[in-house]
Amino acid sequence: MELSRILTQALAELIAPTTAAIALAAIGLNLHFGFTGLLNMGQAGFMLLGAYGFGIATISGAPFWLALLISLAAGALFALILGAPTLQLRGDYLAIVTISAAEIIRMLGRATVFQEYTGGAAGLTGGSFKSTFQELSFLPAPPERGAFGPLEYVFTGSDSWWTRLFAWAVVLIAVVFVWLLTRSPWGRVLKGIREDEDAVRALGKNVFSYKMQALVLGGMCGSLAGMLYVLPRSVAPDAMGRSLTFFAWTVLLLGGAATLFGPVLGSMLFYAVYMLLRAGMREGLEGVVSATMVEQIGGLLVGVTLMLLVIFRPQGILGNKKELAFDAR
Amino acid sequence: MPDETTENKVTEVSDVPEATDVPESTVEALDAVERSETEAAKAAEHVLAAVEPTVGVSKPDPILVVDDVQRRFGGMTAVDVQHLEVQRGVITALIGPNGAGKTTFFNLLTGFDKPNQGSWAFEGRPLGGVSAAKVARNGMVRTFQLTKALSRLTVLQNMLLAAMGNPGENLFGSLVKPLWAGTEKKNTEKALEILARFKLDAKKDDFAGSLSGGQRKLLEMARALMTDPTMIMLDEPMAGVNPALVQSLLHHIQALRDDGMTVLFVEHDMHAVRHISDWVVVMAEGKIVAEGPPKSVMQDQAVVDAYLGAHHDTDLGDDSLLDPAVLARLEAEEEKR
Repeated sequence: MELSRILTQALAELIAPTTAAIALAAIGLNLHFGFTGLLNMGQAGFMLLGAYGFGIATISGAPFWLALLISLAAGALFALILGAPTLQLRGDYLAIVTISAAEIIRMLGRATVFQEYTGGAAGLTGGSFKSTFQELSFLPAPPERGAFGPLEYVFTGSDSWWTRLFAWAVVLIAVVFVWLLTRSPWGRVLKGIREDEDAVRALGKNVFSYKMQALVLGGMCGSLAGMLYVLPRSVAPDAMGRSLTFFAWTVLLLGGAATLFGPVLGSMLFYAVYMLLRAGMREGLEGVVSATMVEQIGGLLVGVTLMLLVIFRPQGILGNKKELAFDAR
Repeated sequence: MPDETTENKVTEVSDVPEATDVPESTVEALDAVERSETEAAKAAEHVLAAVEPTVGVSKPDPILVVDDVQRRFGGMTAVDVQHLEVQRGVITALIGPNGAGKTTFFNLLTGFDKPNQGSWAFEGRPLGGVSAAKVARNGMVRTFQLTKALSRLTVLQNMLLAAMGNPGENLFGSLVKPLWAGTEKKNTEKALEILARFKLDAKKDDFAGSLSGGQRKLLEMARALMTDPTMIMLDEPMAGVNPALVQSLLHHIQALRDDGMTVLFVEHDMHAVRHISDWVVVMAEGKIVAEGPPKSVMQDQAVVDAYLGAHHDTDLGDDSLLDPAVLARLEAEEEKR
């Protein structure tokens, strides 16, 4: 049964660690764009930095939780450096600076100069930095396997139940954190800044400081997402480039910016449909298009989806159409 | 006088006999506005009666003192104010033709623009170079000519956002609701009280973006009041507001003074200023050309020149203009001004 295999693959994507990682990256973008109106076009840069932070720290002998803190700190520091010169300027400048800064991080990562630490273009192999994470597992040790419905994975390992459990637990914590933040007066100030920062400034709020806080928090979500992203694979700078940023944006806009569960729903739906499309094309168009072309067509469809979303349903699935009605600023 | 707050209501009213009360034009609306007869209004008039109506004159109790402020854009000097004092507890109008530099001067005072030179003090504290947010926290709160209602927040959220010193606006404080729930409740009560005064309480849960232009002006003023300002700066509060709402707006401005606040407002329509202001400052080409009580300042030659041009009564078809001697005399006059 080819169809059931395709459906199982799509179902697996719903709970895949990568889905959780992109959901978390989109949660960060949601803090930036959805709530504060900041255009961060370099979320992949935050993710890559978080992945390097975690990987390099672990390889140097840091325990898991310290490596996780270093990953978070790397994202926060990157946000501070990017925000300091740009947040006083008009919004577009942040977009330009973040997109180029993310590219710089990727280029530095694959440069031979730092090969000793980053592994150059080949990156850091999975085995070199995952032991501390897998030692944390309280699930049965490998090669013990467990099945849940049609899905079956090892309990502990790279592509395991433990990785899934951990990744989604982190997403859950992030959702609760964002919920606490955005229902509060602090979140209201962010939304005010999104609408009109001069008005908020005229009411005595330090707009720069609030924008910086949002940029740092969202960036930390991004770097933590980068860590989750590499837990089931290796750190490869070229796999975390611009397209990853645009995946995160598509996920956010699909689910609905400025909503609590939008990024999570968007990520699940995006990856399930993306897998369904590619697996479907591989099976259905076998002999007509090659496997590489399927990947390319898949990427193309993501771009088209992003455009159609922005044109026809800018509020996403969970967003409120009414709120978007007054876009006049 | 009719007290409409929503444009919808105005149209409803015009179908019934009392419609004659609804002013047809802004001028008519303004003529119907009477000076309030409160103690504060009388006191303001009494204090300022003793002040000589000359440019840069010192006032008995100035809340804002401006010295030698200049703002240049390239070769153009947009604002060049030698000395200005604003009396505490009165309504001061800043008028002048379009392009006189009123809004630029406003932006300078409130920290939204930086002057090339000059200093000013608010309640004795120097405010030059202070950020806009700090200016507001010091008690000098402004509104904007193009209203800045925060569209995708509700009317009540707009109000609550303006309240100062909410512990929930701190990143770490915001995570613990018990820390700010009390403040929020108190602020909500205060916000509803102010909204009721501006007749916006029925709209509290609507998005601010759904309000009419006039209602947004009212909301912006109400929002400024939430900060408990000592001085409120209104940039063209009457611009683009329908005649019926202009009246209620003017009453609200007078009420601000009667509540003990100092009001400085920008307006280019001399008519609007006459009825409610206690003191008028006239700007033209970046300079203050006259100041005085509203009744007499309009007769000032400098004001007439600023609004109508110095040679508005010179007949351009007059052959004598072809005479070099007459032209030279006119030019000399122009230089002297």
